[in-house]
Amino acid sequence: MKISYNWIKEYLDLDVKPADLAEKIERTSVEVDDVVTPSAGLKKIVVGHVLSVEAHPDSDHLHICQVDVGEDDPLQIVCGAPNIAKGQMVIVALPGSRIADNVKIKKSKMRGVPSAGMICALQEIGFSDDVVPKEYVDGIYVLPADATPGDDVYDYLGMNDSLIDLDVTPNRGDMLSLNGTLRDLAAIYDKPVTLDQPEVKETGDAIADQLMIHADADLAPQYRMRLVKQVKIAPSPMWLQIRLWNAGYRPINNVVDITNYIMLKYGQPLHAFDYDKFAGQDVYVRNAKAGEKLTTLDEGEHDLDDHDIVIADDQAPIALAGVMGGLTTSITDETTTVAIEAAVFEHDHIRKAAQRHNLHTDASQRFERGVNRAGVQDALDAAAEMMTDLADGAVQTGTAVGSDNVPEPAVIPLSLTHVNAVLGTDLELAKVVHILESLGFKVVTAGEDMTVTVPIRRNDIHIPADLLEEIARIYGYDELPTTLPTGRMTMGTLTSAQKLMRATRHSLEGLGLNQAISYALTTADKAKMFMMHSSEETNLAWPMSVDHAVLRMNVVTGLLDDIAYNTARKVKDVALYEQGRVFYREDGNDRPSEEEHIAGAITGTLMPAGWNQPAKDVDFYQIKGIVEAYLKDMAINGDVTYEANTDMPEMHPGRTADILVHGHRIGFMGQVHPTTAKKFKIGATYVFELNLQAIIDMPKQENQYDVISRYPAITRDIAMLVPDEVTNDQIVALIEKRGGAFLQSVKLFDVYDGVKVPKGKKSLAYTLTYQDKHETLVDDAVTQAFEKVEKRLQDDLGAEIR
Amino acid sequence: MSLKDKLDELHQRGLAEIKKSTDLKDVNQVRVSLLGKKGPITEVLRGMRDLDAEERPKVGAFANEIRDDLTAALAKRREELENAILNARLANEKIDVTLPGTPVAKGEPHVIQQIIDQIEDLFLGMGYQVLSGPEVEEDKYNFEMMNLPKNHPARDMQDTFYITKEILMRTQTSPMQARTLEKHDFSQGPLKMISPGVVYRRDTDDPTHSHQFHQVEGLVIDKHITMADLKGTLQVLAHELFGDKFDVRLRPSYFPFTEPSVEADITCFNCGGKGCNVCKNTGWIEVLGAGMVHPNVLKMAGVDPDVYGGFAFGVGPDRFAMLKYGVDDIRNFYLNDVRFLTQFTKKG
Repeated sequence: MKISYNWIKEYLDLDVKPADLAEKIERTSVEVDDVVTPSAGLKKIVVGHVLSVEAHPDSDHLHICQVDVGEDDPLQIVCGAPNIAKGQMVIVALPGSRIADNVKIKKSKMRGVPSAGMICALQEIGFSDDVVPKEYVDGIYVLPADATPGDDVYDYLGMNDSLIDLDVTPNRGDMLSLNGTLRDLAAIYDKPVTLDQPEVKETGDAIADQLMIHADADLAPQYRMRLVKQVKIAPSPMWLQIRLWNAGYRPINNVVDITNYIMLKYGQPLHAFDYDKFAGQDVYVRNAKAGEKLTTLDEGEHDLDDHDIVIADDQAPIALAGVMGGLTTSITDETTTVAIEAAVFEHDHIRKAAQRHNLHTDASQRFERGVNRAGVQDALDAAAEMMTDLADGAVQTGTAVGSDNVPEPAVIPLSLTHVNAVLGTDLELAKVVHILESLGFKVVTAGEDMTVTVPIRRNDIHIPADLLEEIARIYGYDELPTTLPTGRMTMGTLTSAQKLMRATRHSLEGLGLNQAISYALTTADKAKMFMMHSSEETNLAWPMSVDHAVLRMNVVTGLLDDIAYNTARKVKDVALYEQGRVFYREDGNDRPSEEEHIAGAITGTLMPAGWNQPAKDVDFYQIKGIVEAYLKDMAINGDVTYEANTDMPEMHPGRTADILVHGHRIGFMGQVHPTTAKKFKIGATYVFELNLQAIIDMPKQENQYDVISRYPAITRDIAMLVPDEVTNDQIVALIEKRGGAFLQSVKLFDVYDGVKVPKGKKSLAYTLTYQDKHETLVDDAVTQAFEKVEKRLQDDLGAEIR
Repeated sequence: MSLKDKLDELHQRGLAEIKKSTDLKDVNQVRVSLLGKKGPITEVLRGMRDLDAEERPKVGAFANEIRDDLTAALAKRREELENAILNARLANEKIDVTLPGTPVAKGEPHVIQQIIDQIEDLFLGMGYQVLSGPEVEEDKYNFEMMNLPKNHPARDMQDTFYITKEILMRTQTSPMQARTLEKHDFSQGPLKMISPGVVYRRDTDDPTHSHQFHQVEGLVIDKHITMADLKGTLQVLAHELFGDKFDVRLRPSYFPFTEPSVEADITCFNCGGKGCNVCKNTGWIEVLGAGMVHPNVLKMAGVDPDVYGGFAFGVGPDRFAMLKYGVDDIRNFYLNDVRFLTQFTKKG
């Protein structure tokens, strides 16, 4: 809500600049979006009197005008506006002036005719299209006839005012009005404020004979109408138009403008009906019936159902309660009798109606936050009074009341000790009482105990904590001391799972992978790729886009999306890991279970080419090396094995391995299937994904010291030809099993599958290291053990020792 | 010529030859020719048989002296020549030390992770636990127990991804407040926790909005926790993340789960508080929301609000990172361009 600085000053004696006032409001009350002075940045824009208008000889729409701008000679200005006419007082941007958007106006020629400046539309000096009166939207603006040529136009148009744009939080509905803001400012600045009291002159017949309201008090706790006859529809006076456009409302006519003005001043939304368009004399506030329709003021057509509250006459709905009036009963230039509605509707209904019909209005915004139920009659009276003053209307006697349900004011006990205990302050009773009273609350004290009665307009205050906020903000948050919690000591330590997750990240970063954080919401297709076990998918009920509609059941696809993003930007070498959750759901459960995973993806090369080393593209064994090093860092207590997996549809059938611990599959790694890679628009990419939760839960090997043998080690190399099906794992397992007590390690140092090897065979070569921890090994002992291994390899695996 | 004179002459000639030698081979030849078994000194010593018994030891000692001196001279010359060779080789081995080092594979933590870790470490040091909760939450914990009953207008402030009517993607890390409060045994001491994690909002991604972002929730509940404690805690946080010269100020705000509710601003780091574009000329930048835990939240979690109370705050690491490093588009955090990820390398 935009609130006028000048309007505030009419009621409160403040000696502060607009910017300082805004700052104070922001620090004490509600957020301020900005403070704008409409004339800021404008220069040399004055009133001009159009002395003559001639058609331009070379144009069918331009006019050559002589304009008195208060100087000795009139200015010749070429103007293209269709509504320019002799005798008008207009807005003139003089040569050398600045208009909206910092545009500079210079002397120029238009189709050969010199033009000294520009006659302006309101939009050209910074007005929004939305607030310019309809008749001036497509042309220049015409100022009042009593304007003085040569004067700056700003004061005529209210442009020297400053407008403070309040961003009111949902709890402070009271701040959506001048009066509410004034009450808060009175407390903030500790100054008295006197608000206007309406005085209605009732000159007509009793309303009871002309209008009968039937309102459901559950839907509308307050529903009142006044009737004003013989109104003369006309434009509002300048001061009222200025108030409205400065607040962001388009002036329409005196009756409609009054309703908007009263809403701004009192926070009470009003609606003006053309009474003569009512079918009958009865007005109903009721639920809509299925099948009923309503065309609202904005010409939108709405199908209603029984969730909607409508205002209806004997025949049909005439307004969507609290949201917008209907078109058939709206005020027109021919209207003579106005029914003014002032009501409070149940906020929940209004919120839902505004959502259902996608019609968020200033009225609905206020009803949603709650309107002062004790102030309805005042606002209604003030509107009626203004209709007499500005439209010569005759206010009929009395108010038609359909419902009058005013809640009891909140009475809240509060103790000084509690105030100081929660705020950390040392306030005295008198200070606290003064703050509460300055806000218009009633305080009765008994010793240090207070009983606070809250005015009905403050519907946000129910409990002592609410009062604490009032005290704290008015006292000032800057005045609060700055301390840290004291009390019993607590330990701040990470759990072992948290420690392992940190270690996981450090390990993978050390191995060259950058941490990525990808989207957990993805497409239906991607969500179920690279699955480690079967699961139902979990879908969002109303996703924003198909790209983020389903919860992921793998982490890899997010990384592949990241690689695709990099690839599209010509970043070829990408090494990423991500630690995050996947979401598995069992059929029958609405809620998925969440499992921590760790995944990595590499494309291109992990180590870029340098001037002294060539690049080596990532391959299976590099990603395996990373997985092995990582699992070693995690110190899993158990055998880690790798088994070829030819069945994952998204993975290369010949270059994929399951990762097993003690025979339990905890993940997979390998090359992404070329078809999958193509779908993602990426090159050859190697990935792994592990169930991190499983790693967290596994028993771990503690660090321990192992004596380093002082005795020399003896090595023996063995090369053999084996059938292609025999795996390294089989060979190593056999050597380790049969290697004897002194075998320390088996290291593969050569694999050859080239032309020198018969088809169907491959050559593997290993170094076996023997060592005794307690004495020097004898060569014979090693030879004996080695020969035994050779024999087993021949017998068990069909190896041909070379 | 006496033996002594002969030795003198040998000595002088030997020294001259050593001096003349230009490589290790020369030195070796000189050594053999002077000191070898068939060399002149050996020969001279052989002639000592003819000397008086009286003279013999004197000449013998003199001959040894000369031999030692020549041996030393040879060693010295050898070392000189070796050094020269080494120096020549080293001169040859000179490289351009300004050529770049051989690259090593090295990964970086995500910038948001870095900020979360920094926040975690700070609060661990102050005795807080770190707790993480489910990302798929029940409406009950995400909203209802946070004092946001169904149809509460403030629910509109947080557009939500629902899965079913009761199950949703958490919009905040606050549900961990309720989950922890329900379980905490206050006889074991106060509750001090932070809860970092991913949260989701039904937003269209653009430079300032992301449907996925991070939050760190903080909660302290005990018998005597004050709003001044909240202010002090937030100040410590601002100092840790941004530096000691940053001030914190509180402004009134509204959250259904706290009362009083505040927004905390910190000194604008772009202008240091003077006022600039970044801070809209206020000198301050809004960084987090906080407040004293609403009695309803305590009550719903089974904690007596007449005995216990405390504060809660919610920090957005994404926003912090954007402010701290001037990141102009929040989507950078989730698109994982390697050129972005590897910019934040400072450790410690």
